[in-house]
Amino acid sequence: METKTQYKQNINFTPELTARINELLTHYPEDKKKSALLPVLHEVQDAHDNWLSAELQERVAEILEIKPIEVFEVVTFYTMFNQKPIGKYMFEFCQTSCCMLRGSDNLIDYTCDKLGINLGQTTPDGMFSIAAVECLGACGYAPMMQLGDYYHEKLTPEKVDHIITECKAGNIKIHDK
Amino acid sequence: MGKKILLDKIHIPGIKTYQVYRDNGGYQAVEKALSMDPDVITEEVKTSGLRGRGGAGFPTGMKWSFIDKKSGKPRHLVCNADESEPGTFKDRYLMEHLPHLLIEGMIVSSFALGANSSYIYIRGEYMWVFKILECAIKEAYEAGWLGKNIKNSGYNLDLYVHCGAGAYICGEETALIESLEGKRGNPRMKPPFPAISGLWGNPTVVNNVESIASVPWIVLNSGEEYSKIGIGRSTGTKLISASGHCKNPGVYEIELGLSVEEFMNSDEYLGGMMNNRPLKAIVPGGSSVPILPHHLINKTAEGNDRLITYESLSDGGFATGSSLGSGGFIVYNDTACIVRNTWNFSRFYHHESCGQCSPCREGTGWLEKVLHRIETGYGREEDIELLWSVQAKIEGNTICPLGDAAAWPVAAAIRHFRDEFEYHIRFPEKVKNRDHFVDEPFEKVKYLLQKQNII
Repeated sequence: METKTQYKQNINFTPELTARINELLTHYPEDKKKSALLPVLHEVQDAHDNWLSAELQERVAEILEIKPIEVFEVVTFYTMFNQKPIGKYMFEFCQTSCCMLRGSDNLIDYTCDKLGINLGQTTPDGMFSIAAVECLGACGYAPMMQLGDYYHEKLTPEKVDHIITECKAGNIKIHDK
Repeated sequence: MGKKILLDKIHIPGIKTYQVYRDNGGYQAVEKALSMDPDVITEEVKTSGLRGRGGAGFPTGMKWSFIDKKSGKPRHLVCNADESEPGTFKDRYLMEHLPHLLIEGMIVSSFALGANSSYIYIRGEYMWVFKILECAIKEAYEAGWLGKNIKNSGYNLDLYVHCGAGAYICGEETALIESLEGKRGNPRMKPPFPAISGLWGNPTVVNNVESIASVPWIVLNSGEEYSKIGIGRSTGTKLISASGHCKNPGVYEIELGLSVEEFMNSDEYLGGMMNNRPLKAIVPGGSSVPILPHHLINKTAEGNDRLITYESLSDGGFATGSSLGSGGFIVYNDTACIVRNTWNFSRFYHHESCGQCSPCREGTGWLEKVLHRIETGYGREEDIELLWSVQAKIEGNTICPLGDAAAWPVAAAIRHFRDEFEYHIRFPEKVKNRDHFVDEPFEKVKYLLQKQNII
């Protein structure tokens, strides 16, 4: 796996993370540990700077007693799992029709200009990434973006400016932990 | 004011919490259901005429009656909260504000099906709703509505919430089951249907959030009372999530049978168009259903009033009708570009195709590419026929309905807005580097096409 050589990740299964994984495992029959894969990957990713290296995926496979390939094929299928490091604050703008009708294209361009990066890139200081994603189910509150576990809706350039300032000041919560 | 049975309590402060919900009549349906025969509950749901609210509209009670109760295997109810259809955000609204209503519905429905472990599969992006549900489930356990021997009835139920990770296809019930088993979301071949062999090979019923949330009312008031709401085979109420160029986007509960015209214009609902611009088109049931041009919105082709029901919205078939679908109601004004919108939808389906079936995996990509070149001013005269041919070859040739869902919007856009495609192809310089028809609505430049024809 190419990610193995390209990027290094500090792996740390804290007692809290392990406890949460063990709790998740109780949701499924004893012999169906694999079912916990998606929720466990979310927890592990959240605790590891929002990305999953090959080594980390292998650790998850060990915990769930499945083969590494079973983890890898899932990580590559679902868009929410990142296989490369991303910025601390990942702006995921919805670009599907309803948001487009309400001006998401211009807002994305605005944000890219503001941060000096293109879609899919990360700022050199590792603070911000921008992505355009498909429908996030906030069509009536368009345009919008997802930032960690939360939605920021009815966005305007002024609101984006404000969010960027607040991120820099460390006032924006991205995970409920 | 239409009757509300799902959102009637949504404005009570604190209704998200167990105690307030309980104090306002919550969990009474569970109390009543536990003293009933489970099969009688299924019969009530059948009588109610409730149809699956996720989009397909299959009768919920009938789906329940297919579950295999004879094999002796454990049974499961799985709630489909993987709401991802563009234009649809009703389930999120319901779960965010009334989590206990869904849990109450899950308990009653699980009891009717004889399921002892049930799951709510929620899309991964709704992470904060996931936490709301987790909290609410914890409260329900503490109050004795979940767990072993619920309220001394001898019935056991464990309820868990499970999160996906960003895949539209997992809203398809067999893909959802695969995903819940920790795999890629590839839909399964049917038969066997989930009612016989679903989650871990056990008999399983998968229902939409809104369907399950309607069950407590049916149990408390009877299926017959429910069937009195609405018109004909479209019984009950429906959540409609409105977006796009309307004045008041948001989630509305309507009685089925409300006219589209009233829904569009009444201040109680959408309140007309944003900035009073002219209406161009609507998509009434999420991105997968055919788009309706303005002359087919308020009236059907025969001149009858268009109502928000399964039958009226699909009146005229795909030639002049559409479908109620998931209730994702998208409104377009005269500045919207139908080609750009169709390209946008095709990009979505291309991105979301799981890749199992070649017609869908390849076809959605071709649709996206051809539409993109038309939209950006590089279209060719034969591209419209090419699009028609590709969409026709996807439809009906895939394991799951995602292929159909990708084909239908393209077919409908060409059927109703062919002149706009032609305009893009014949006047490429006019469409390059332009954002919709914001500066010059299509109606104002349409004459160019006719002029050219005369020459």
